[in-house]
Amino acid sequence: MTYSKEHSQAIQARFPDLVWSTFRDETRCVTDRGMLFDVLEFLKCEQGFDLLVDVTCVDYLNYRDAVDRFGLVYLLANTAINERINVRCFVNEPELSVRSATPLWQGANWMEREVWDMFGIHFEGHPDHRRILMPDEFTAHPLRKDYPLRGRGERHNFPVLERGAS
Amino acid sequence: MPLVETQTRDLAHDEEQEFVWTLNFGPQHPATHTTLRLVLKLEGERVIDAMPDIGYLHSGFEKIGEHLDYNQYVTVTDRMNYISPMANNVAWHCAVEKLLDLDVPPRCQYIRTIICELARISDHLLSTGAMGLDTGAFTFFLYAFNQREKIYDIFETLCGARFTNSYTRVGGVMHDATPLFVEKVREFVRTFPRTVEDMERLLNRNRIFVDRTKGVGVLSKVDAIGWSCSGPIARASGVTRDLRRDEPYLCYPDFDFKVCCMREGDCFARYLIRIAEIKESLKIVAQAIENLPEGPVNCEVGDRAHLPDKSQVYQTIEGCITHFELTMSNRGFEVPEEECYHATEAPNGELGFYLAGDSSDVAYRARCRPPSYIHFAVFPHLIKGHTLSDVVAVLGSLNIIAAELDR
Repeated sequence: MTYSKEHSQAIQARFPDLVWSTFRDETRCVTDRGMLFDVLEFLKCEQGFDLLVDVTCVDYLNYRDAVDRFGLVYLLANTAINERINVRCFVNEPELSVRSATPLWQGANWMEREVWDMFGIHFEGHPDHRRILMPDEFTAHPLRKDYPLRGRGERHNFPVLERGAS
Repeated sequence: MPLVETQTRDLAHDEEQEFVWTLNFGPQHPATHTTLRLVLKLEGERVIDAMPDIGYLHSGFEKIGEHLDYNQYVTVTDRMNYISPMANNVAWHCAVEKLLDLDVPPRCQYIRTIICELARISDHLLSTGAMGLDTGAFTFFLYAFNQREKIYDIFETLCGARFTNSYTRVGGVMHDATPLFVEKVREFVRTFPRTVEDMERLLNRNRIFVDRTKGVGVLSKVDAIGWSCSGPIARASGVTRDLRRDEPYLCYPDFDFKVCCMREGDCFARYLIRIAEIKESLKIVAQAIENLPEGPVNCEVGDRAHLPDKSQVYQTIEGCITHFELTMSNRGFEVPEEECYHATEAPNGELGFYLAGDSSDVAYRARCRPPSYIHFAVFPHLIKGHTLSDVVAVLGSLNIIAAELDR
């Protein structure tokens, strides 16, 4: 289901800078990282997008004609009238951080932790900012495109244990 | 046990007390069923706090998805929620077909709907059965598992594999359904309701089971939405969202079925929802198998998505060219440089795939939205204040599949 016309007029009046697009009946908007939280808050509190379906990220390192490195995606849904909207936000290398959406949705907690774990994007104000799937001592972010599929990876960094040392 | 007034007194204060002790629940424990770990803070038998520690089964499925093509990756989706692999296959290829803008023929849609609903029955049988097992009802578990074998037999007739089916393909399925498959599904539709009746008679009014699940792990409607819950867990808390009705895909609009909802939001409500959904799924299967349309099961040669039949490859020039192009490494599918998300109502909740295409045969990003991962995040919230024995009841009612949880 797409985002209806009259609603999108309300948000366009409030945030004129958003870039809108539609693909396969999905409405998407692109916002910058400073405004991301305000857009999400507006969509949740004023537009009734009460369900955060998923938070994910795409690393555009090798993507043709891409200018930005990471694209964060927030998939929202309205449970009352069954509409969906995808909010995207591009972030780049030195400033890899956005404001966390956990004050709006408790469910964002683990989703954002996974994005941090896999892509290394920092979420400001996150209550429990730890790795979730990889072990705590892991140093890399494995879903980045510069992380290889095969190879020994970080395993060779583990210290060699000797008999009697422990 | 249901919460009583004295048990909910200020938990934050209790945490500083010296009598609090820590218990590691898992990673290997009979009641976790798979590999997941909980660090529980206990005061006597009362759980003050629970910290899930996951990642033991993390196998990089999303990374592999960036290196396998759209047909190969279906074998990996089998291994996500391995108690209903057919539902994952269908979810994956529905997402791919949305990205490629393909419409599959009606016969294929009907077959996919039938296998999705059979997978839902099989999944609910296992999750309610395992929940019964954890709360002491062993016979109930055996009743459920016996019928799961029948569903495995049906899948074996359809595609040769019982467990990891990998049945769907881009623009179609692996093999067409045979008359034997239709016969077996009809037989299942005829014999299965008796088992559900038996199962209900065993547990619905069973004093031990009801006492152990009623009022345990209550999730309110507001919390269910706030924690992004979906599927039977959200519906047990009063959220009336079901993607089969709200965002129809495949041929669900053709069928008459009800969306089952309850208000209580406790473990018992989640159990009842699953039993009710089994009955509704059976209704859908019965309608679909009687109205199974004739005709081709895969996309036409002109769509250039599914490998043509051998007769077409050898006897027509279009079939030959399509077969040749689909198997060449520099041709294959016509994928737009775009991104889309498609969600299906898997047995456990909303299972969606976020795909980014980059005009090659391989997805640039294949994100899976796993319902188990989202539901396990709610677990500490559900268990706070309950006793240690309730941990297994709540875990069983959430139906956490670690392979899908960690991917």
